[in-house]
Amino acid sequence: MSHADTPRRSRSVDWLRDALPKLVLSPSIVLVAIFVYGFIAFTVYLSFTDSRILPSFGWVGWQNYTNLFRIRAWDTAVTNLAIFGVLYISICCLLGLLLAILLDQKIRAEGFIRTVYLYPMALSFIVTGIAWKWFLDPGIGLEAVVQGWGWESFRFDWIKDSDMAIYTIVIAAVWQTSGFVMAMFLAGLRGIDGEMLKAAQIDGASTFALYRRIVIPQLRPAFMSAFVVLAHMAIKSYDLVIALTNGGPGTATEVPATFMYSYTFTRNQMGIGASSAVIMLMTIAAIIVPYLWSELREKK
Amino acid sequence: MRRFTKTFTAVAALAIAGTAQAEDVEVLHWWTAGGEAAALNVLKEGLAEDDIGWQDMPVAGGGGTQAMTVLRARVTSGNAPTAVQMLGFDITDWAKEGALANLNSIAEEQGWNDVIPAALQQFSVYDGEWVAVPVNVHSTNWVWADKSILDELGIAQPSTWDEFVAALQTAKDAGYTALAHGGQAWQDATIFEAVAMATGGPDFYRSAFIELDEEALGSDTMKEVFDRMGTLRGFVDDNFSGRDWNLATAMLINDEAVFQLMGDWAKGEFLNAGQVPGEDFLCFRFPGTQDQVMYNSDQFALFNQGDEVSNAQSALAEAILSPEFQIAFNKVKGSVPARTDLDASELDACGQQGYEEYIAAGQSDNLLGSFAHGYGNPASVKNAMYDVITAHFNGEYDSETAVEELVTAVQINM
Amino acid sequence: MATAPTSEVITPATGTPAPPGRSALRTHLPRVVLYIILALFCIYYLLPLYVMVVNSLKPLSEITSGGMMSLPSDWTIEPWGSAWSTAQVGVEATGLRPYFLNSLMMVVPAVAITTILGALNGYVLTKWSFRGSTLIFGLLLFGCFIPFQMVLIPMARMLGLMGLAGSVSGLIFVHLVYGIGFSTLYFRNYYAAFPTELVRAAQIDGAGFFTIFRRILLPSSGPIAVVCIIWLFTNIWNDFLFGASFSDFDSQPMTVALNNLVQSSTGVKEYNVHFAGAIMAALPTLLVYIVAGRYFVRGLMAGSVKG
Repeated sequence: MSHADTPRRSRSVDWLRDALPKLVLSPSIVLVAIFVYGFIAFTVYLSFTDSRILPSFGWVGWQNYTNLFRIRAWDTAVTNLAIFGVLYISICCLLGLLLAILLDQKIRAEGFIRTVYLYPMALSFIVTGIAWKWFLDPGIGLEAVVQGWGWESFRFDWIKDSDMAIYTIVIAAVWQTSGFVMAMFLAGLRGIDGEMLKAAQIDGASTFALYRRIVIPQLRPAFMSAFVVLAHMAIKSYDLVIALTNGGPGTATEVPATFMYSYTFTRNQMGIGASSAVIMLMTIAAIIVPYLWSELREKK
Repeated sequence: MRRFTKTFTAVAALAIAGTAQAEDVEVLHWWTAGGEAAALNVLKEGLAEDDIGWQDMPVAGGGGTQAMTVLRARVTSGNAPTAVQMLGFDITDWAKEGALANLNSIAEEQGWNDVIPAALQQFSVYDGEWVAVPVNVHSTNWVWADKSILDELGIAQPSTWDEFVAALQTAKDAGYTALAHGGQAWQDATIFEAVAMATGGPDFYRSAFIELDEEALGSDTMKEVFDRMGTLRGFVDDNFSGRDWNLATAMLINDEAVFQLMGDWAKGEFLNAGQVPGEDFLCFRFPGTQDQVMYNSDQFALFNQGDEVSNAQSALAEAILSPEFQIAFNKVKGSVPARTDLDASELDACGQQGYEEYIAAGQSDNLLGSFAHGYGNPASVKNAMYDVITAHFNGEYDSETAVEELVTAVQINM
Repeated sequence: MATAPTSEVITPATGTPAPPGRSALRTHLPRVVLYIILALFCIYYLLPLYVMVVNSLKPLSEITSGGMMSLPSDWTIEPWGSAWSTAQVGVEATGLRPYFLNSLMMVVPAVAITTILGALNGYVLTKWSFRGSTLIFGLLLFGCFIPFQMVLIPMARMLGLMGLAGSVSGLIFVHLVYGIGFSTLYFRNYYAAFPTELVRAAQIDGAGFFTIFRRILLPSSGPIAVVCIIWLFTNIWNDFLFGASFSDFDSQPMTVALNNLVQSSTGVKEYNVHFAGAIMAALPTLLVYIVAGRYFVRGLMAGSVKG
């Protein structure tokens, strides 16, 4: 090895070492730039065109948006998403955290119980929807069974009730994902440094205080994961609604995802479908971006 | 791992073989239930005799809407299937995009113009070119009735609206569910179109739902139609919303309900449960529409594969319209052949009656497309109509509002 | 399933031994209540499965004649056999069997690649962060919210241009693209809590980028890898829209077949076969949950911290 070589080589090694993390990250960045942001741009463009069955490029200005807001089902869909999203995300988070903490108490059959809580995620709603539909149907499901036991005045007919049907969707959705949220929190709990807990315990902190002051604050990143996952599920809850109520009774349980699909594909109104997607993305951005901002900035 | 690699290469090789062989047809369809899929297999085997391979691409769901979504992705990616099962206005829409193959030369050779009724040709032919071949004809304006309950209550087969309402009332008073119905948009619309036909007659139906004439849509007759829907709503049980049509049929089979308004595919459910037509259940045209046949026809549209229609495509089109296949398929499916020149003696009694009525209706201008099933108006209008009909049936609109909303819906979505 | 935590682990609730002098009841009562609560939740989660299992073991006539909630009076396993190998899902009566392989060939590579990429991304974003890395993470995350209905048509066009239309590789690619956001999210948030001092120490010792990842972070990534794999596996395995739209006649995944089994519009609905098929289709995912669940053991992290 000659003397003159060394500095140049080490410089290129240095460069590589500095660039390596960015190189590792770059394929993901490229993919997301094209297939997420590129497609969003495309959709924004489509929402100003007269696209019907396939994309077409006749410019129509704001017409799709004015039409969108004349459609009554869109109002219903947006309201439903608000009700559903808030209930679903908060119930899942609370239930998931509770179950994770309970399951973290050196439970004997943890493996079994964890699988039981998790398995609903494994089943596709194409079919569990039928089971839920029957279970919630007052004529054959829970109501009929309880009445059969002799409690004649028992009523549980939410799924047939335009005002209550959206809540049955919350029940089924919580059933499906709360176990997964539990697993996320459990992973978080298991990642917490045991030494710290030991130290706090020696200081004589009560169990409750231990969780409130030390454990739960450390679960913040897990909360963020859970929130993003749940928000994503809430917004994209398509299969679930289709299987359970198909948007009914009437249009009582229409949500933006079903609305968008039906306008883009079933009704051959791709322009209106695109405009609803744009509005939806903007709404999501308005809620998610500030949250992510505060959450990520603090870390820095 | 080794096995995994091996299977991987095997499948890859298969895929290459699949695309390399020119004489194959790839068929996108949504017939996956036992009977109809088995019936389609007849077609596959027929083609196999001519050395034409069948690449099966079934995508069920939503009465074909799922398959239409897949089709759009396939066409966009430049990978269109050879032939696709389609309904009514979807064919017209794709023909407008210039995506379908021109079958005129085979049509002429086989004389299709003479054996397919004009009403069906409106969809199979676009701009003077044959682009699709009809497999079968379903009819939607049927009433199904539980015979044992009719006998028990002494109800005669109703032939007018008033008789029908009286029969429903008798059944309701006796403690039965008078009308078995599932509250899904397409089922509501299936009832609605029969009521509209009975109320206003074929001319009214044609101008309102096919020609989308605003005057007819906003007329008093239309209000009367909605009023009658309200009457029917009173005979449906409390748990109707969201119910699958076949669970509604099961209510008749289990002697819980008396009538159901549903297309002729309901017959399969009765037969499957071991019931005999004429003895256990009755089928008759919706009262007031005895002369009309509201149809829904499954067709196969052939997609452009280069400039010429390929041999495999012509063979497929020819096979679909061959008398043997038309009979063999419809025997299983419960529908009637689309060709009007066949000997129907192999079909069952209901099928023979349906076939005669279909031919007669075609000759007397009483063969009308069912708008609930995509044969009246384009998908956007159809679904907008669904919205209004369902909202009214669920009590969100009174009849007057419903009429206004119907007119608006058509205006927005034209 | 090895789930008993290692002895050095302390859980807050049980870490302290009960002070002497309390009665046995008072020490045991909380545990009993705990188990009762856990058991009640088990019932909530198992109820729909009960409906499915029970009905998959009945003849069809028993289902349609009512009693959808009751136990079969005439037990049969025929629906299971039918769903597996003889049910009609296309023109040929093949059952779900042939579609399992299609799904596996798609899911396994997609999950593996996406998980590894996610772990690396998470590692870079937390331990090698640079100017703008937080913004990049935010942008990746926001991508999770893009509605799939919206990307269908442009994606089809892109796949066509890349020559991946109607192929397994195309499907893997699509799932990879829309899985990265989540896998990055999981690992990034998990590694965020991981002591950075360890990484710095290793750097001073001269360990390189990949060595640190392999030796220090990877060994303690068990629990989050489980979460990530469960999420990806379930989503990709159960995906219908992409599977139906971007596959060919010979690469249709299992969900498309299951959907074909269940969603016939004008045919007779064999609910018992549908339920049997649904449970069957979920078995690979369940297997993943059980097998991967082993890595949920706590203590790995603690060991690594002590170094």
